Amino acid sequence: MRDAATLGAAIDAGSRRAVARLITWAERNDPRAYQVIGERFARTGSAFVLGVTGPPGSGKSTLTDALITMLRDQGQRVGVIAVDPTSPFSGGAVLGDRVRMNDHAPDPEVFIRSMGTRGHLGGLSRATSAAIRALDLFGCQTIIVETVGVGQSEVDVMRVCDCTLMVTVPGLGDEVQAIKAGVMEVGDVFVVNKADLDGARKAARQLRAMLDLSESEWRPPVELVTAIERDGLDRAWDAIAQHRAFMSESGRLERRRLDRARSELVGLAQRSVVERATRSAAQVALIEELSAQIAARTLDPYRALSQLLPNLFN
Amino acid sequence: MTMSTPIRVLVAKPGLDGHDRGAKVVARALRDAGMEVIYTGLRQTPEQIASAAIQEDVDVIACSILSGAHNTLLPRVHELLAAEGAEDDILFLAGGVIPDEDIPGLKERGVSEVFTPGSSTVDIISYIESHAPRHRDEIAGETTSDTAERSEA
Repeated sequence: MRDAATLGAAIDAGSRRAVARLITWAERNDPRAYQVIGERFARTGSAFVLGVTGPPGSGKSTLTDALITMLRDQGQRVGVIAVDPTSPFSGGAVLGDRVRMNDHAPDPEVFIRSMGTRGHLGGLSRATSAAIRALDLFGCQTIIVETVGVGQSEVDVMRVCDCTLMVTVPGLGDEVQAIKAGVMEVGDVFVVNKADLDGARKAARQLRAMLDLSESEWRPPVELVTAIERDGLDRAWDAIAQHRAFMSESGRLERRRLDRARSELVGLAQRSVVERATRSAAQVALIEELSAQIAARTLDPYRALSQLLPNLFN
Repeated sequence: MTMSTPIRVLVAKPGLDGHDRGAKVVARALRDAGMEVIYTGLRQTPEQIASAAIQEDVDVIACSILSGAHNTLLPRVHELLAAEGAEDDILFLAGGVIPDEDIPGLKERGVSEVFTPGSSTVDIISYIESHAPRHRDEIAGETTSDTAERSEA
């Protein structure tokens, strides 16, 4: 599977291995990935992309596992992208979300891929959009994207998902956490998981009160779920379906698609600029030289930038 | 200036033994050496292991097995990989309670190397770094960044 044409043909033939390799190429920023996806771009976009986010320990993976079962019972082909943090020191990662979902591994209608953030902030990997498209080309009707879950930095998930499920658990003081700006706006549907624990109903009530303060047209539902018992999933799924209906009826879906396209294009441009700034030996040497001057305070960073920029597009 | 691509390793425990401390020690050591470790947990069937390895497009599978069922389970994993044409892409390693006399047989049936209890993680890491197929290709010069330069020109 060395070249784009062969891989593309294998993707069209439904090969799991080809889909996996396509995601690997995207993770490595290999242009062959973009060639394969680009040629098939018009065929992507029909999968429903559900984001699952929330703090560590909230049961995201268990909930995702339960959702996979539910969707399989509905006859759907399901894709899952599970993101875990990469260590900024070693560059390595333990990607452990799969542990909770691996009963589904041999099912040919389920495709689970674990990804490290590899230096990217925002809760996802840079290659997540491409991976979603690869799973879409594989024929997945629903794609679940499970994020790292560190709270306010989880803005990425909104940029790639049609609906974001914010999972919380009672007793983490999340009622207070939720007031922090940014967290509330991320969720389209809220789930209080481990609802068998004390304080679950109170947590749900407080969340609803907080959400009542919002001025947006969509009032996110708050559902009580016990993922490990498979309890409450149908209510959560109904809430997701309601959100989907709201988005398509009000024309917001088109607006969100446009926002996502714009956001992705600007993101790609940003990445491209950084790559160009650091690609050649001459560029790297210039950066070193300018950095030394800044550190010695013989040059300020702003003037240094104006010396760096003109070389970028030569 | 960019981080080089991490080697991806599937750490799996096939069969019915419940002792995962060794597997977790290896997983952490590999992480600290800059690898991405997909840990699939206890009591995995060969079907679960092979499927996960393919979906995750791993460079290495490291099976930890202390139950004695290695002669059945490990070749079965290799068979499943071969059925999908993936056996040459993946370095297949085993660890745990595996008697010396079983090792040659396992090596004939797809296992590249066996690391018995007492093996140092340093040895495992350096074995992986020199034998993982795709990583080897990168070091040999067939890097994707070369392809990137060529295409953007």
